[in-house]
Amino acid sequence: MKKVMVLIVLSIVMTAATAWSGTLEDVQKKGILACGISEGVPGFSIPDSKGHWVGFDVDMARAVAAAVLSDPEKIKFVPLASKQKIIAVSSGQVDLTSRTTTWTLKRDAKQGVDFTTIVFYDGQGFMVPKSLGVESATKIDGATVCVTAGTTSELNLADFARLHGLKIEALVFDGKKEALNAYTAGRCDGFTTDVSQLASLRTTFASPMAHKILPEVISKEPLSPLVRHGDNQWKDIVTWVINGLIAAEENGITAANVEEMKVKSNNPVIQRMLGQSGDTGSYLGLDKEWLVRAIKAVGNYGEIYDRHFGPSTKLNIPRGVNKLWTQGGLHYALPIR
Amino acid sequence: MTILSDANREVFIFQPMHDLPAPLESVGIIGWLRENLFSSKVNSLLTMAALLFLWKTVPPLISWAVTDATWSFSPDPCSIEKTGACWTFIFVKFRVLMLGLYPEQFIWRPVLAFAIFLLVCGLTVFRLLRARFLIALWFFLPLPLFFLINGGMGLETVDQSLWGGLMLSIGLAAIGIIMSIPLGILLALARRSNMVLVKTLSIGIIESIRGVPLITILFMASVMMPIFLPQGMNINNLLRVQIGIILFSSAYIAEVVRGGLQAIPKGQIEAAISLGLKSWTVTCFVVLPQALRHVIPSLIGRCVALFKDTSLVIIVGLLDFLGMIKASAQDPEWLGYDAEAYVFCALIYWIICFSMSQYGKSIERHNRW
Repeated sequence: MKKVMVLIVLSIVMTAATAWSGTLEDVQKKGILACGISEGVPGFSIPDSKGHWVGFDVDMARAVAAAVLSDPEKIKFVPLASKQKIIAVSSGQVDLTSRTTTWTLKRDAKQGVDFTTIVFYDGQGFMVPKSLGVESATKIDGATVCVTAGTTSELNLADFARLHGLKIEALVFDGKKEALNAYTAGRCDGFTTDVSQLASLRTTFASPMAHKILPEVISKEPLSPLVRHGDNQWKDIVTWVINGLIAAEENGITAANVEEMKVKSNNPVIQRMLGQSGDTGSYLGLDKEWLVRAIKAVGNYGEIYDRHFGPSTKLNIPRGVNKLWTQGGLHYALPIR
Repeated sequence: MTILSDANREVFIFQPMHDLPAPLESVGIIGWLRENLFSSKVNSLLTMAALLFLWKTVPPLISWAVTDATWSFSPDPCSIEKTGACWTFIFVKFRVLMLGLYPEQFIWRPVLAFAIFLLVCGLTVFRLLRARFLIALWFFLPLPLFFLINGGMGLETVDQSLWGGLMLSIGLAAIGIIMSIPLGILLALARRSNMVLVKTLSIGIIESIRGVPLITILFMASVMMPIFLPQGMNINNLLRVQIGIILFSSAYIAEVVRGGLQAIPKGQIEAAISLGLKSWTVTCFVVLPQALRHVIPSLIGRCVALFKDTSLVIIVGLLDFLGMIKASAQDPEWLGYDAEAYVFCALIYWIICFSMSQYGKSIERHNRW
């Protein structure tokens, strides 16, 4: 019975989603981009003291707004709880969700959404007190680890323990904060969640340097913005705007120098990207300068990363695998031509 | 024989001496202490234990919250040397905590709306208007305030995804209470109706809503409902949640009111009918006024609970007061001020809930609205 219900619901979603077309047209007609974001994840999207949404996910969405509507401020942020993030976009409440969502097969194939491109490679890791003297996650046999209930973190922890034949006792808490408090109170030997968050949570400790983030990353969490299933043009736009930001970093184009580069650069690759030769925008249904506006609004990928996670921020998350491929990371911009 | 005049007769009148004052140890502060705190060995021990507990907890709390705290209004984070609370955090975040992401240039609108709301609260609490005007005023009130905050009719529209903070909590609770009391009364009356269909429907509604937690209703409203709506038809998330809250609350209020209705002796109804009153007149002017008076304490209890329940809306992505508190405590610029955030949150919730229950008490005392 339950399966039948799910099928019915899904088929409604799918047919509805495919019957709908032209998000781009729709957004341009409304003059505002509705974007789903988290209700508060430090660094990704969080309201600041002045009442503006700031963060990595927020900037990605602003880049899309700048490309599509010529104005990064013509955007409406809809805070979504984790359970709403898929349904909100598949039902058309938002045009785009940019909310720390892991790209998985099930979500992509079965839940009426399409993922665009990976903006952040995250993964689950461990934090332990330095005094424990452990250098590797494979050595934490017999340890008690604090973890948040009902998350993939819990599942990953169990998988990891079984794979390596470790006896790990999971101490499960309802919220991340509670789990972390238990860890700082010494109830667990270790704490596990996504690496990006481990780093930021550690900054809240009284003595952050007394804790160590272990090198092992035990799961893959590629985070990607998502759009409604079946609107290929719209998916292409979001994909290529983000790809364009990564390409901009590869080519040294920044928010500050983009106008200058547009006029002065002799590099044919940059000329194509910035609409000086060829007309890449028209393939997407946009004008020539779509990427110029996006870069001008939020900067290239590296600038965005540094603004929200870089060394000058309190989070200070090392770029690691989120570096460009030329620097040993995973971001490899597709050619814009 | 001389007759002694009355005046010369010596009269002995018994005059008792003045009462001795009660022993010093049974009156005044000492007496009170002896009677209430040290009346037996066990009580004395408990008192000492409680005093020790207070001695250990209160001074550190005061020094954390007041003497060692940072009260600076400057937007810089507090220095780490200070061991006390950093109220600067609350000052800096005050606007988002109260109003969410409401645009700065339009702040006067929710502020004005709040002033009007407080004014009407004042009129109600100090009984400056006749009850029927008050009730009419409360029913009418949400409309202008909604326009003020939302915009329209000349004012620039402020999208509801920008609403938040205490404004959202109070708004959800106030409209929830205003709408669900009449709805609850109707449901309660329907449940006692003789018409089978009405009665069954009412029981069905009440029991099915009471059978699920509020979280489930909010989920249904915000996650499931969009699936069943045709594409392109988007009922605003906030409105869906508000309707969910109203339905939930009215089912509970219906049961509270039904309790009051059952307390009215049947004889009164029969007497009223035999006087020739129509049945709705009997209900409105004989039964309901008494029934509601009986259930004021639990009705107020429901209202307080409803106000606190609004904090659940964070699970459907609405940043109410508690949601803003959580989000603010995670701001990378201001990490590590959770204690301040939650203490402030608890204080505000306490002030509001305590005021509501005090108002409930005053209604009971005056025995009128």
